Amino acid sequence: MAENKNVITVQDLHLYYGQLEALRGVSIDFRKNEITAVIGPSGCGKSSLLKTINRLNDLIPNVTVTGTVKLNDQDIYAPSMDAVELRKQVGMLFQQPNPFPFSIYDNVIYGLRISGEKNKQVLDEAVERSLQAAAIWDEVKDRLHENAMGLSGGQQQRICIARALATRPKVLLMDEPTSALDPISSSEIERTMLELKNDYSIVIVTRNMQQASRMSDRTAFFLQGELIEYGQTRDIFLQPQQKETEDYISGRFG
Amino acid sequence: MFRRNFEDELNDLHVRFSEMGMMVNEAIYKSVNAFINHDKTLAKEVIEADARINQREVDLEKRSFEMIALQQPVTGDLRMIVTVMKASSDLERMGDHAVSIAKSTIRVKGNVRVPEIEQTLAEMATKVKQMVEEVLDAYVKADMKRAREIALEDKNIDAFSGKVYKMCLKQMQSDPDTIVGSMDYMLVDSYLERIGDYVTNICEWIVYLETGKLVELNANAKEDNIF
Repeated sequence: MAENKNVITVQDLHLYYGQLEALRGVSIDFRKNEITAVIGPSGCGKSSLLKTINRLNDLIPNVTVTGTVKLNDQDIYAPSMDAVELRKQVGMLFQQPNPFPFSIYDNVIYGLRISGEKNKQVLDEAVERSLQAAAIWDEVKDRLHENAMGLSGGQQQRICIARALATRPKVLLMDEPTSALDPISSSEIERTMLELKNDYSIVIVTRNMQQASRMSDRTAFFLQGELIEYGQTRDIFLQPQQKETEDYISGRFG
Repeated sequence: MFRRNFEDELNDLHVRFSEMGMMVNEAIYKSVNAFINHDKTLAKEVIEADARINQREVDLEKRSFEMIALQQPVTGDLRMIVTVMKASSDLERMGDHAVSIAKSTIRVKGNVRVPEIEQTLAEMATKVKQMVEEVLDAYVKADMKRAREIALEDKNIDAFSGKVYKMCLKQMQSDPDTIVGSMDYMLVDSYLERIGDYVTNICEWIVYLETGKLVELNANAKEDNIF
């Protein structure tokens, strides 16, 4: 049997905030070891989709989800699925870097500590491995016990990446991870992402079209809660099949 | 698909363009050798190899379009991609002229030959080949000064061209048996002359690559005097 290339499989996903249908029957697969960009105008459902994959919508009242979302063939909405366990496997990064007001070290091991890991050697190893992978080890290795809030925005964001990596996730979800950062910090994050995809699968929601085009392997275009077009980034940006995609990418609306 | 970063892609484009230059240079060299030595096997080789040159041009164009669409290059990066796109068309046309020379070789059937004209054509071809090599080197080194000098050398090619033209006319007048053969000499002469013009075009693109200025080198050169 051929190896399953998909890490996440979404089928006929509907999401309602009360009466409002934010996702209208979305089916999409995310590939392993690829960067998938999700683009679309405000309110198109792209962030809702991301939150659904991590079950962050569990916390919002009046949210109804139908359809299936599978992580490596495991239904993440099945009663047997533990949300904490899921979030260890599916890390998330937000627009605003959100390190905890702790030391860099304690930020990175947070996920491991709440899952009960106490062995100092394991924790030390995880800190170095994660900070290395997030390409910030050299910058902070001599001040691991300083408060992470004292770092620059770009550094904070990479601490957040390291924090997500510490639990060895399968997938990293990124919701506009560079939109609050200056161009140099943004390009550092982008470079980090390109290295990370050797070991992880990344789904990135972005309003920055250039970022989607230069970074991603595949691009999904959403409009009003529907997946309009999904394919290889080079096809989407050179010759999209749908007029709406072309109009949005060319900046005719949005 | 493992996607390399933009720098790698640019470098790859640069290398693949240089390779195309070498392929074209080889085609020109072989086609002239085939013509002078009446070597039809070698001529066929040139004609067959042209598909690879054409394919490479398409490949470079495709890569360039993708890089423009996906990476939105600006300044020097954009100029480099534009240069590759434009100059690869020039190289492709040069390859086509090599094929035309090869076809002339195959067409020749026991014509009466004129050694002096063939000798002059061989000298002209050597000069053209040297210019092609030089322009590729100037491209690799992004040497604008050298590019301007190479463009000036086109005058020598034009001089050869005029010389061959006159020799052929004289030959045809004095010996009607050499008319068909001399017509072919004149054709090969014009193909070589055109290749020289494409070298000048590439020189112009090297200037653009460095300065962003679109220049016309040899704009005052005398009109082609063929036919």
